[in-house]
Amino acid sequence: MSSMVTREGDLELEDTELRLGLPGTDGCKKEAFPSAKGSKRASQPGNLDASHGGCQNAPAAMKQVVGWPPIRSYWKNSFQPLKAENEAPGIYVKVSMDGAPYLRKIDLKLYKGYSDLLKALENMFKFTIGEYSEREGYKGSEYIPTYEDKDGDWMLVGDVPWDLFVPSSKRLRIMKASDAKGLGYGI
Amino acid sequence: MMQPFPDEVLEHVFSFIESDKDRNAVSLVCKSWYEIERMCRRRAFIGNCYAVSPEILIRRFPELRSLEIKGKPHFADFNLVPEGWGGYVYPWIEAMALAYPCLEELRLKRMVVTDETLELIAKSFKNFKVLVLNSCEGFSTDGLAAIAASCRNLRELDLRESEVEDLSGHWLSHFPENCTSLVSLNIACLGSEVSFSALERLVSRCPNLQSLHLNHAVPLDELPNLLRRAPQLVELGTGAYSADLRSDVFSNLAGAFSKCKKLKSLSGFWDVVSAYLTALYPVCSGLTSLNLSYAAVQSPDLIKLINHCPNLQRLWVLDYIEDSGLEALATSCKDLEELRVFPSDPFGAEPNVTLTERGLVFVSGGCPKLNSVLYFCRQMTNAALVAIAKNCPHMIRFRLCIIEPHTPDYLTFQPLDTGFGAIVEHCKELRRLSLSGLLTDRVFEYIGTHAKKLEMLSVAFAGDSDLGLHHLLSGCESLRKLEIRDSPFGDKALLANSGKLETMRSLWISSCSVSYGACKLLSQKMPRLNVEVIDERESSDSRSEGTFVEKLYIYRTVAGPRLDMPGYIWTKDRDSAIRFS
Repeated sequence: MSSMVTREGDLELEDTELRLGLPGTDGCKKEAFPSAKGSKRASQPGNLDASHGGCQNAPAAMKQVVGWPPIRSYWKNSFQPLKAENEAPGIYVKVSMDGAPYLRKIDLKLYKGYSDLLKALENMFKFTIGEYSEREGYKGSEYIPTYEDKDGDWMLVGDVPWDLFVPSSKRLRIMKASDAKGLGYGI
Repeated sequence: MMQPFPDEVLEHVFSFIESDKDRNAVSLVCKSWYEIERMCRRRAFIGNCYAVSPEILIRRFPELRSLEIKGKPHFADFNLVPEGWGGYVYPWIEAMALAYPCLEELRLKRMVVTDETLELIAKSFKNFKVLVLNSCEGFSTDGLAAIAASCRNLRELDLRESEVEDLSGHWLSHFPENCTSLVSLNIACLGSEVSFSALERLVSRCPNLQSLHLNHAVPLDELPNLLRRAPQLVELGTGAYSADLRSDVFSNLAGAFSKCKKLKSLSGFWDVVSAYLTALYPVCSGLTSLNLSYAAVQSPDLIKLINHCPNLQRLWVLDYIEDSGLEALATSCKDLEELRVFPSDPFGAEPNVTLTERGLVFVSGGCPKLNSVLYFCRQMTNAALVAIAKNCPHMIRFRLCIIEPHTPDYLTFQPLDTGFGAIVEHCKELRRLSLSGLLTDRVFEYIGTHAKKLEMLSVAFAGDSDLGLHHLLSGCESLRKLEIRDSPFGDKALLANSGKLETMRSLWISSCSVSYGACKLLSQKMPRLNVEVIDERESSDSRSEGTFVEKLYIYRTVAGPRLDMPGYIWTKDRDSAIRFS
C-alpha cells in the first residue's frame, strides 16, 4: 500500500528520502485530503466531509476531492444522466389518515426531507400540520403524522434524521390530534 | 560569406516551410537566414502566454498573420487553478493592434478574453478571418456581436467549450447581410436561443459553410431547416436531440440527413431520444467522427448505431456503451483510431454500468489503428494493460482514469506498475500519458527508462517518494509538460533536477510535499524560471520554510516575472521581505 500524502507542518522526512531499494510498507499513515475549496465554478454534487482517518478507502460513498475525477466543469454542467433504468426501486409506504375512506401510497425516495414530505401529505389529504418541535411534537395541529417502524412501534414523524427515517418506516398514519390527547402530543 | 541566392529566392524557398520546428532550425543556420526567416514568418504558436511577451514576439516577427496562444495550465480544466490567476489576452491584442494590422487568425486556449478585447479585435484587424476561443472565459455575447458586425471576411468563429456570459441570442443577427464567408461556426457552448430565422439566413448565404455546431437551444425540429440550407456540411453539432415521437418529424429529419452527402462528423446530441438516432442512418456510412459524450443512450441502441458506422475513426461516448458495446465496436469499426469513454456517474460510489477493463481490451484487440485513448473506468488489471500495450504498439495518447484513487489490480491486489510499465515499453511512440490507480515509485522508473518520446504526463495519487519524481525528470528526454497532484514528491527531486525544468514548458505540482524553502531556493537558482507558489490559505507573513505549498506552477520564460499576478501568488520578485520562522 503506498504511503499517503502528508499535510503541511507535518514534515515526515521518509517522504523525501531517496531510497534505492523497493518501497517498503510503512504501515498506515493518516490520510488527509485537500479541503474542497475550488474556484467558484466547482459544482460537485453532494460534497461529503473530505477528511477521515484510517488507511482503507472503502467508505460507503465516494470521497469528494477537488478536481477528481478529472471531468471538465463544462461537461458536468451540460450533461443530463440517464434516470430510472439503473436506479433502485422506490420505497413505497402506505399512508392512512384517520377518517379517510381509503389509504394512499407514496414513494419516500421522492422527497428531500421532512418538510417536503409533510407538504406533500398536506396536499394529498387536504389538512394542515403545525410546526414540529422536539419538545412538543406538532403542537397546535389538528393532525399528527406518525409512522410504524421496523420494531412495530408507532413513532412521531420528525424525531430521527431523515436518512434514518426513510429505510426504517413501514407505514404512515396521520392521527387525529384528539386521539393523541393525554399523551402529551399536540393540543 | 557570400550568399549563393538573393534574399527573395530564399524567402520563396522558406515559404514552403510551415512547421515551427523547421523554421526555428532554419533561423539558426546563420544571421542572414535568421533575418530573412523572421521577416517572412506568418504563423506563431505560444504554448504559454507568460513564456514570452508581446513586445518580444513583435520585435522578432514583424509580419505575423496568425497567432495561437495558450494561457492557464491544463489542470485549470478541473478547477485546480483559482479565479483570477491570469491568462489575460488583452495586452497581446493591444500590442498587436498597432503592430499587426493585417492579423487574420487568432486561436486562444484557456485564456481570459473580455468584451473589450473582442471589440478591439473587431476594430483593429481589417482582414480578420479566424477566431477560435477554446475553453476561454470572461466575455459576453455583446463581445460576439462586435465580432459578427465588424469582421467582413470572417471565416471561422469557434467558441468551443468557452464560458460565455449569455445575455441574449441577438448577437447572431449582427452578421451583416453581405457576410457570406463563413466556413465554420461553433456556438455549442451558448445557453440562450438565437433567432432561428437569422441563423437560417446566415447558413443560406454562406455556401462554403463546412462546420456548424449548434447549441442546446436549437430544437430538433429546426435541424432539418438548417440541413437543407447547408447540404455541403462536413461537420455538424446538433442541438437538443429530442422531440415527441412523431413520424413527420422523423421523416423530415431523415430526409434532411440523406441530402448531406459530405457529412463526416457528428456531435451534440443533448437530451437524446434514442428513437431519433435511426434518422442518422443515411449518413452513418460516411461518418469518421462521432461524439456522443452528452448522449444518455443505452448500450443496445448505441450498438445499433455503431454497427451502421463502419468507417468510424473517432468515437467519444459515455460508459453507457458498456463492455458489450465496446466489443461490438471492436468488430464493426476496424479503422478506429481514437476512443474516449466518459463516466456517466463519476461521483457515485458504486458502478452504475458494466464498463470494465474488458471493454478497452476488446477495442485494442479489434482495432489495429487505435492510437489515442481516454478511458474512465472503475477497475483495471495489470494483465489487461499488458494486453492493450501489446495490441497497440503505435499508441500515441493513453489516458486512463480509474475513478477511485489508489485502486489496485482487482484480481491480484498489486499496484498497476507492471501494466503501465508495459504501456511505455511497448508503445515507443507514446507522447501523452495519464496515470491512475495504485502506483509505486517503480512505475516512474519504467517511465523514465522507456518513455523517451513522452511529452506530457499527468500524475495523481501515485508514487511513494521523491525517487519517483527523480526518475521522471532525469529519464524522460522529451518531457515538456508535467502535472502532478496528491503524490508524495518533494524538495529533493525538484532541486536535484532544476536544470531539467528549463527544457520543459511547465511543471504543475499540487498537494504534494514541496516546501516553501525549496521554492525559494529554486527561484534563486533558476532565474529563467517563474516559480509561482499559489496559496489561498494564509498570508505570506506566516509562511515558514518547511511548510508545504498548496500549489506550485513552474515555467520557463524569457519575459521575466509577470506583473498581473493576484495576491495569493508568491514569487521571489514579489516578496523579498519574507521572513522565515
